[in-house]
Amino acid sequence: MWDYSETVKDHFYNPRNAGALEGANAVGDVGSISCGDALRLTLDVDPETEIIKDAGFQTFGCGSAIASSSALTEMVKGKTLDEALAISNQDIADFLEGLPPEKMHCSVMGREALQAAVANYRGEEWSDDHEEGALICKCFAIDAVMIEETIRANDLKTVEQVTHYTKAGGSCSSCHEGIEEILTNILAEKGESFDPDTPVTIDPAEEKAAPKKGKLTAVQRILKIEQVIAEVRPQIQADRGDIELVDVEDKKIFVKLSGACSGCQMATATLGGVQQRIIEELGEFVQVLPAELQAA
Amino acid sequence: MTKGIYLDNNATTMVDKQVVDEMIPYFTEQFGNPSSMHQFGDKVGKAMKTARAQVQNLIGAEFESEIVFTSCGTEADSTAILSALKAQPQRNEIITTVVEHPAVLSLCEYLEKDGYKVHYLKVNKKGQLDLEEYKSLLGPKTAIVSIMWANNETGTLFPVLEMAEMAHAAGVMFHTDAVQAVGKIPMDLKNSKIDMLSLSGHKLHAPKGIGVLYLKRGTRYRPLLRGGHQERGRRAGTENAASIIGLGMACEMAKKHMEYENSCVKAMRDRLQEGIMEEVSNCFVTGDPDNRLPNTLNIAFEFVEGEAILMLLNKMGIAASSGSACTSGSLEPSHVMLAMDIPFTAAHGSIRFSFSRYNTMDEVEEVIKAVPPIIEKLRKLSPYWGNGKPLENPEAAFAPTYS
Repeated sequence: MWDYSETVKDHFYNPRNAGALEGANAVGDVGSISCGDALRLTLDVDPETEIIKDAGFQTFGCGSAIASSSALTEMVKGKTLDEALAISNQDIADFLEGLPPEKMHCSVMGREALQAAVANYRGEEWSDDHEEGALICKCFAIDAVMIEETIRANDLKTVEQVTHYTKAGGSCSSCHEGIEEILTNILAEKGESFDPDTPVTIDPAEEKAAPKKGKLTAVQRILKIEQVIAEVRPQIQADRGDIELVDVEDKKIFVKLSGACSGCQMATATLGGVQQRIIEELGEFVQVLPAELQAA
Repeated sequence: MTKGIYLDNNATTMVDKQVVDEMIPYFTEQFGNPSSMHQFGDKVGKAMKTARAQVQNLIGAEFESEIVFTSCGTEADSTAILSALKAQPQRNEIITTVVEHPAVLSLCEYLEKDGYKVHYLKVNKKGQLDLEEYKSLLGPKTAIVSIMWANNETGTLFPVLEMAEMAHAAGVMFHTDAVQAVGKIPMDLKNSKIDMLSLSGHKLHAPKGIGVLYLKRGTRYRPLLRGGHQERGRRAGTENAASIIGLGMACEMAKKHMEYENSCVKAMRDRLQEGIMEEVSNCFVTGDPDNRLPNTLNIAFEFVEGEAILMLLNKMGIAASSGSACTSGSLEPSHVMLAMDIPFTAAHGSIRFSFSRYNTMDEVEEVIKAVPPIIEKLRKLSPYWGNGKPLENPEAAFAPTYS
């Protein structure tokens, strides 16, 4: 049995704005019938102000698909099209007080229905660039397609690297067999075989460019660390967290994770990813640790 | 019994009160290890002997030593298949079906990675096998055939007695995963060519965590777990004595109720089917209605999704299960529904009602009243539905982006 929030249950048992809207001038049809979730969103948009006056939905799908559709219609009413388009799938999930990881795609479907309906109103063609794969990492809701694409784009070779790039496998580690299987298949395409003992090597060209240990002054070193943190920040902020550098004590780099990061199970995976990037940048081994661990 | 109407007995069953009573002393005063040379162990050993005979009697095994207690049905399945491969290294092919339980399917898929060749028999729209195809695949490379006796989702029965004869004639070992069938239909294994059979306690009112591998005398065998001499060295590990004793009692009771299962339980199932089909349009029974377990009804409701149906049923205290993708968190509806070529719009709406001897006709009437408004409510939300009926050519009328 899914652990649905009270809000999800309420929107499922008492859906708001159910049914097709009479006189709608924007329609968005999205979903996948093979997966068992599909949604038609109908909007009544004021042509003068572009304000959504009313919204209706029809959904073929599970409890959380119906609840996400219902929530979406409540959220968009009274908003302009541009305001509505700013709603993210996370906003829909938050409105519902969270969704199980296996069900996050229901909120994605809601957001896409909105995009499709707005495109329909504006006479544009909407196409979906979203491909969904089997859910591999249940802790962070990462699917196979996402892992495959990241492995290909970054030429990854180990489970640890996959965790650093995608977070998949960074918490309970039950999915490591699945990640190894994906790595095995992708490496086989290139005629390589998966070796769990592959050392994470630095590209030889990069290695040459990277200054050797001891060549950096303390200030240069800290500036490099700051630079890496500045690079990863937007990604962490996109997940509603934040990171800042607190102190550097020889090989220990202390950072402060805040926002959604604090208390999140993925904090360790995030730090691991940051650590990997800093090691590559400095060309030396360092440890990235939460500031709380710094001796007072 | 707890409040509510429990129609999910193919998932698991309530442990019978009498079974629990039988087990209780074996947690406390009768705690001995049956292998021990003293009175504490001896009494447990004797009770286990009785249990073994009770299991033997239910499935019609010739010898009580053919009963090997395991931790569950899955362990029995794995033991059977891996044993056949290990004992016959010159044979590297397996024959099974596309509609097996994951206990067999996942193992077979895993074995494929190790180079074994697995033949998956397809089913037709009624979930039936093609025995000609089966016959053509049996050969000197086949290590084992593993075919479920009854399908867990539809209750459809496979002709395992006939298929075991065919395997035997070709010199091939035959295993059947009978966890859904044992206790619901009569069995007489001594007069069959079935070499191995798996059963699971919790499907027949015994506790979870106990299973049996039936191993016909003379079948070449290699244990999965090696260690102590328990189960005559065929399954090492200290016996789950209390559960074994509970399973024995459950088997005795199942045997006693066999007639009831195939008359009264069946009558409840048939009445539910008739009642729902009369009241709800655009639904159909999946599998082979003329050839199925007496307790199982699987209905596909078109244009609505199963998890939503289950949530609304649950709100009314009715427990069933569904073959929809959402209930399992996977990307596709049940492999059994897809194998029978049931369209997605119906496969996601498939609901299984499975009975036990503890259900009543009053409960059936209550479910018959509850189901039609639930389906109606969800169809009103469905983009495939309008004005009390499906849209004309529904899959063209609503064709969402990306599918």
